[in-house]
Amino acid sequence: LLGEGILKGLAETARNFFGSYFCAERMTTVEYPEQRIAPFEAARTFPFLVYDGTDWQAGLRCVSCQICEKECPPKCIFIEKSKDKKPDALGKPQFYPTRFEIDISVCMSCQICVEVCPFEAIKMNTEFELSTTDRFGGLLLNREQLAKSNEYYHQIHATEAAEVDARLAAEKAKFDAKAKGAAVAKAASDAAATGEGA
Amino acid sequence: MIETADQIFVLLLHWLVSFLPAVLQPVASAVLCAAAIVCFFPALFALTTWLERKGLGRIQNRLGPNRVGPFGLLQPIADGIKSLTKEDIVPFSADAAVHFLAPIVLVVTVFMGFAVLPMGRNMVLADLDAGLLFYFAMGASTELAVFMAGWSSRNKYSLLGAMRAVAQMISYEVVLLLSSVVVVMISGSLSLTKIVAAQNQYTWGLPHWYIFTPWGLAGFVMFAIAATAETNRSPFDLPEGESELVAGYHTEYSGFKFALFFLGEYVAMFSISGLGTTLFLGGWTAPFSFLTWVPSWIWFFSKLMLSIFVFIWLRGTLPRLRQDQLMNFAWKFVLPMCLLNLLVTGLWRFLGDGWLRWVVCSAILLLAYVGIALGEQRKKHIGPRSYRYAE
Repeated sequence: LLGEGILKGLAETARNFFGSYFCAERMTTVEYPEQRIAPFEAARTFPFLVYDGTDWQAGLRCVSCQICEKECPPKCIFIEKSKDKKPDALGKPQFYPTRFEIDISVCMSCQICVEVCPFEAIKMNTEFELSTTDRFGGLLLNREQLAKSNEYYHQIHATEAAEVDARLAAEKAKFDAKAKGAAVAKAASDAAATGEGA
Repeated sequence: MIETADQIFVLLLHWLVSFLPAVLQPVASAVLCAAAIVCFFPALFALTTWLERKGLGRIQNRLGPNRVGPFGLLQPIADGIKSLTKEDIVPFSADAAVHFLAPIVLVVTVFMGFAVLPMGRNMVLADLDAGLLFYFAMGASTELAVFMAGWSSRNKYSLLGAMRAVAQMISYEVVLLLSSVVVVMISGSLSLTKIVAAQNQYTWGLPHWYIFTPWGLAGFVMFAIAATAETNRSPFDLPEGESELVAGYHTEYSGFKFALFFLGEYVAMFSISGLGTTLFLGGWTAPFSFLTWVPSWIWFFSKLMLSIFVFIWLRGTLPRLRQDQLMNFAWKFVLPMCLLNLLVTGLWRFLGDGWLRWVVCSAILLLAYVGIALGEQRKKHIGPRSYRYAE
């Protein structure tokens, strides 16, 4: 009958109205600044840079390849490449960023930088309390503010970080095996050369 | 003592006016009454915004505002300060004069309606013989303000919102008038005080409110539907449709002008609730004869707040209608029912006292309700939309 659905709906909202006074489980929200809910693993706000070990300057995974800078749709990343090289986690000499800045007032949290990064160096943060009184300088994050440890990454995105670690470990093992193979081959060729010489 | 409590505002007015010379007294009395209305209803508006946010919150299992003051009671004051300190932006290509006038016209016409509403025994600013007519004249001119706002803003969202508002308000104005006419047919007067007086009788302790008759109940339901549409409240909030039109006709208003539109909307809601109360719920009369000692204005405002609560409840429950559903509902369902209700009221008037008129009138209305609803539903004029190509 016409109007039946309206009455059902009114009954439902009335139940919610009175129920919310008596039944705490009904409440869908928390009193935010005092109460907090743990951030969800799939949450993402703005990117940060991952570093291994304890020293952020030494352990930064970023090799300043500038792919993220080029791919960023709103162009909020600014990178300055270093002149010299320093060894990365695998021991290979690599460039590093002398300046790495993200303007989070421009960033649209699309995660494209994370997807294109070949070095697992840039990941999405879950930090959301970013309000500041300085809307220009305060929202332009520099290298030091962006650098977060791998442990922090494990804290906020446990599953994803474990996958990344496994992948990096596999790469490292492969690289080590190759280096070892190369060393063996080199040793063998050296031995052959000395044998020929003898 | 009871008499004094009932007439306290009238006595206060007489006492205040008595300080003035006799020539000035009528003018002073009118000014004081108008000032009381203009002060009281915005205060009630502030309270209602708080009530509404709390109520909607609870309906959605949230707490609602609770930060500013105890239970968030000072929230309306914070909102007021906010809207007062905001920049007043007038679009570059807007018609500045009309853009400026629209909110004022809205608020003025909305407040004019209160002039004829009896808010208690002897508590009416202007007891016009054609009070109901005056009320509808004022109610209809709010459409002008809405269209002024939409047209002068030079914004397509504003204009779309205003077009929708005018289409909706004119359609439902017809329903509103026809559903009120039944009261005039029975009470034989357009004066709102006489309509209340006609309902101020008791049988077995129960009042003779018009809602307790078959035609009155049907009329009240249709009046409530039309009133919701007329005040642009959900589920008939198409003119603002924030998910479709930004904010409808007041998209280009900011700061205090926006606050005036907001105020006008709520005050219109109070005034139409007051009219519904007067026409169908016995105005300031008590619901039981043993409660007649309670001051009459308390009854009027309790009934008004009850209607406001129903408005909030409806807003928290129903989704917005689509434009075609809105129009079909008005012209194909509510209007035929209204016309039938006129016939039923005539029958009621001439069938004489006794149980026969109760049976006949109820049967006609019920059959028509079921019949029209089923017929329309079969023709798919009411109900979910069917798509020809999209499925």
